[in-house]
Amino acid sequence: MSGFNSSTNGHPPRIGVFICHCGTNIAGKVNVPEVVEFARTLPFVAVAKEYKYMCSDPGQEMIKHDIQQYGLTRLLVAACSPHIHEETFRKVASEASINPFLFQMVNIRELVSWVTEDGHEATEKAKAMIRAAAKRVLFHDELEPKKYPVKPGVVVVGGGIAGIHAALVMADAGERVYLVEREPSIGGHMAMFDKTFPTLDCAACILTPKMTTVRRHPNITVLSYSEVVEVSGFVGNFKVKVKKKPRYVVEEKCVGCYECIEACVFKEPRFPNEFDLGLGKRKPIYVPFPQAVPPVPMIDPETCIQFRTGKCPKGCVNACGDRDGIDFDQKDEIVELEVGGIIVATGFDTFDASRLPYYGYGIYPNVYTGLEVERLLNASGPTGGEVLLRNGQKPQSVGIIHCVGSRDENTNRWCSRVCCMYSLKLAHLMKERTGAEVYNFYIDIRAPGKGYEEFYDRLLQEGVHFIRGKVAEVSDWAMTPDEENRLVIRVEDTLIGMVRRIPVDMVILSVGLEPQRDAQEVTKLFNISCSTGNWFMERHPKLAPVSTMSAGIYLAGACQGPKDIPDTVAQAGAAAAEVLALTHKSVIEVEPNTAFIDERYCSGCQICVGLCPYSAIYYDEEKKVAVLNEPLCLGCGVCAAACPSGAAQQHLFQDEQLYAEIEGALVGVG
Amino acid sequence: MDEQFEPKLIGILCNWCSYMAADLVGTSRIRYAPNIRIIRVMCSGRIESQLILWAFRSGADGVLIGGCNPGDCHYQEGNYKALRRVTLLKQMLPQFGIEPERLRLDWICASCAEEMRKTVEGFTAQIRNLGPLRLQTPPLLKPIKIEMEVSRHVEA
Amino acid sequence: MDYLYYPGCSSKGNGIAYEESLKAVFDALDVRMDELPDWNCCGATSYMSVDEWKAVALAARNLGLAERQADGKDGVDMIAACSACYLGLIRAQRYITDYPELGKQVTAGLEAVGISFKNRVRIRHPLDVLMNDIGTERIASRVKHKLAGMKVACYYGCQIVRPYATFDDQQSPVMMDRLMAAIGAETVNWPLKTRCCGGSLSGTVPETGLRLSFILLKEAKKRGADVVATACPLCQFNLECNQGEMRRLFGESLDLPVVYFTQLMGLAFGLPSRALGIQRLFIPLPAHLLSRVQEGGRNVRV
Repeated sequence: MSGFNSSTNGHPPRIGVFICHCGTNIAGKVNVPEVVEFARTLPFVAVAKEYKYMCSDPGQEMIKHDIQQYGLTRLLVAACSPHIHEETFRKVASEASINPFLFQMVNIRELVSWVTEDGHEATEKAKAMIRAAAKRVLFHDELEPKKYPVKPGVVVVGGGIAGIHAALVMADAGERVYLVEREPSIGGHMAMFDKTFPTLDCAACILTPKMTTVRRHPNITVLSYSEVVEVSGFVGNFKVKVKKKPRYVVEEKCVGCYECIEACVFKEPRFPNEFDLGLGKRKPIYVPFPQAVPPVPMIDPETCIQFRTGKCPKGCVNACGDRDGIDFDQKDEIVELEVGGIIVATGFDTFDASRLPYYGYGIYPNVYTGLEVERLLNASGPTGGEVLLRNGQKPQSVGIIHCVGSRDENTNRWCSRVCCMYSLKLAHLMKERTGAEVYNFYIDIRAPGKGYEEFYDRLLQEGVHFIRGKVAEVSDWAMTPDEENRLVIRVEDTLIGMVRRIPVDMVILSVGLEPQRDAQEVTKLFNISCSTGNWFMERHPKLAPVSTMSAGIYLAGACQGPKDIPDTVAQAGAAAAEVLALTHKSVIEVEPNTAFIDERYCSGCQICVGLCPYSAIYYDEEKKVAVLNEPLCLGCGVCAAACPSGAAQQHLFQDEQLYAEIEGALVGVG
Repeated sequence: MDEQFEPKLIGILCNWCSYMAADLVGTSRIRYAPNIRIIRVMCSGRIESQLILWAFRSGADGVLIGGCNPGDCHYQEGNYKALRRVTLLKQMLPQFGIEPERLRLDWICASCAEEMRKTVEGFTAQIRNLGPLRLQTPPLLKPIKIEMEVSRHVEA
Repeated sequence: MDYLYYPGCSSKGNGIAYEESLKAVFDALDVRMDELPDWNCCGATSYMSVDEWKAVALAARNLGLAERQADGKDGVDMIAACSACYLGLIRAQRYITDYPELGKQVTAGLEAVGISFKNRVRIRHPLDVLMNDIGTERIASRVKHKLAGMKVACYYGCQIVRPYATFDDQQSPVMMDRLMAAIGAETVNWPLKTRCCGGSLSGTVPETGLRLSFILLKEAKKRGADVVATACPLCQFNLECNQGEMRRLFGESLDLPVVYFTQLMGLAFGLPSRALGIQRLFIPLPAHLLSRVQEGGRNVRV
């Protein structure tokens, strides 16, 4: 059991209290010298000091020095949140040969100075929290971090550019990578684009070579048309269950000749192709796009005659012949993977423009979303790259409406970051391919990237029109004969202070980015959190932007927030590096906040056995006591709370520690 | 007029959601009443009834428990276990002469800074209205030997 | 009594066909509607721009009178059919609560003449009552002759959903469209449902006012509408009676009937056309449409 003499060999404990100014972040509100004076009056405090930046090198050195000089046995640092610098100061303690767990962090920044109006109140609150910690730390035990071997291998969830890039980086470093993609092909949104801003490289030219490399890479296994269904375990030791959905074409047997598609009873493609957003057609057996990876066709049971009637001549089966690649009886297949780390790169969804009926999407056929226009412009798209309206004509004039579903409290408040630039790109391509007059309707132009502002400048030179104002309405009613049979964009031009009506043939809605529709379910699956707006939450917005609160699980790309391709790739590389840093260790240290059961007090009631969410406690029939299987314990403390005799305890959160902390926070000592 | 009563409050927050929210309130520089003292645990399921009673006994006028939203618990369903305990304990509190409103359980997600502020402000105002907790018979609890041990060492 | 009824001046004058058809339809649906005794002007006239508090007080007097009819219930529902009355009465309620100074002045004024005001009246639009209280099922079950093949442009006007959208979408209301669907008519998709009809300008700046009216009707016609259905006496009058002037100004003959939506309901219910004020229309409903709506074996006469 805990007792505060456990590591002092009978000598009274000597606590060092170190209080950080954090520049003015803390000292601007909390009267630090007063708190230092107060700390000196607390029992067993041998030294109390302040410093401008405790986490800096001189700060750390000061602590180490004082530990030696004053013979400190326990350490208390009052600074920022433990989520930021607990590790830093534990390391300081251990370098000065104090067990790192004889340390307590007091959060007087996030919980005190930043949230309290009054300086005196803040000072008093800081004192109470330091008093609580000084009491708590007396009951800390020496602990050793739990060490576990790290399994090799990484699961990357999502096969867009983020997942592809992360997978390649890791695979090149010799890591085994499983790339899981729920669509039939990897490539994600980027594969749908025509050109990329601001350099106007063709998206396919830069992406498809990477996709091919992924497919050929000996260290990468692509699990396409597959979804992660279960994740268990912990950092370094994850078990991931992946469901491979049936594509009715056996991947291992397919040689990618596509003779089956040729031989389908449907001579012409008749069904809307999902990849082309319904603008193009496909057969029941199809590849979503010519450069798909894996280059394996799939059968859509909704439209396939064999599935619907069972009476199809099965041209596809005959065409495949001895290769025998078609299997109408394919079922879901569960693949179990054991890996050390996980990268979540599930990407984004585009805003559903039909939510704003006044922009006419879904009402007027010539109102398109930006993504649809990417397909129209794409050489391998439904029109072979020719911009044709739904009536088959070329547009003479085009209106591009920015910020659709962004920067609006009725839809999404965030700036989607890519729309200004892709609108400019589409404006350029439209003008180049059709010679049409192009109007951009914008709130602000946001072009803060390398070469972005210059691209905007180029567009201005090219004679694209820019009208600053939020569009009120897109409609087809005519006020003048000139407007008849055209789409009319009604907008307040805020630069000339007038309401204008601009008739056009085609409207492009620059829809914003949203989290994937099932983002919430994904967070539950991986035990990660969401920030505002359902974007996945990073561990720290600045200092740990690709980590999550769940150790061993990392984020890459737009699932964390709207991002353009350069940022996505950079982040994917960062996530890959973080995972490599993890998997290249032979062992991983895990916070030793696991439970322990003191046999002497255990009555064998088994309440804890049923409550443990990880089945980490079992009942020893012989000894008649509950026994903990420590590697399975993830340290929630439910057993400690439920144990009627106090036999079950949780390291770092033992009864005495919590009792002391609560008492210290409320009652003054001495 | 008497000076306004300022209650002492203990907030016991889970590491993954409500403590993160409390951190976020800080990084967002949102102000709230200074009455609350926050204690971090890994999961709201760690919080046992005795811990709450101990807080009241030690002079807290109110105790706020913060957990993850239903379905979001980092440890599967520790928050449901907290809910069960708090529900039961609230029925017992009047026997000790403690109004059940002095104990509050809330689900606060990691990104819910504004929610956190509202909860703390609301709870502080509520307890301010209730007035100080005056325990006639402090609940019997596990003896804690802090003072004993302190004096033992001082003597040594 | 199911509802109180506030008629307003139009319903007794040039908009009488609205009242006739509304009453006939509610009768047919067995919904009782009692006229508010001793009602006065709703304050929607130019009074509002001359003296705000007197205009609000004028409207509020009607609300105070309505409260007397509450019969001990904690509120009363009062139907205001004319768009201007509907908005005028709701605006009075909102102003009294949103601007406490004005509110005090108004309630004090009412008290001086022995009327207490506690803001307990719910102002309801007939569309709201028909769709939300009575429901399309009950309405559809009352239909004798479906208005099959009749293409209706539903025109809501500027006041029902703006600025206070109490029962329908502010940008693109749908209640009348759904109601028309319930009686078997087809509605045309037009984006001008709440666009200004030009009514308030056709007297003062006719060039502008009539142009607005013309655009509305021209677009309705372009989309294949046989008839425009309105819920406002001013819109009805303005869109119907000025078509001759529009022809003169814009050189296009429209001849598009403009009716109250309640008149179309009455026709579908098989009610006598006289009871619906159909004979008061200046631009008659086309015979080929009416011939489908039989009344006791005879064609409906206009």
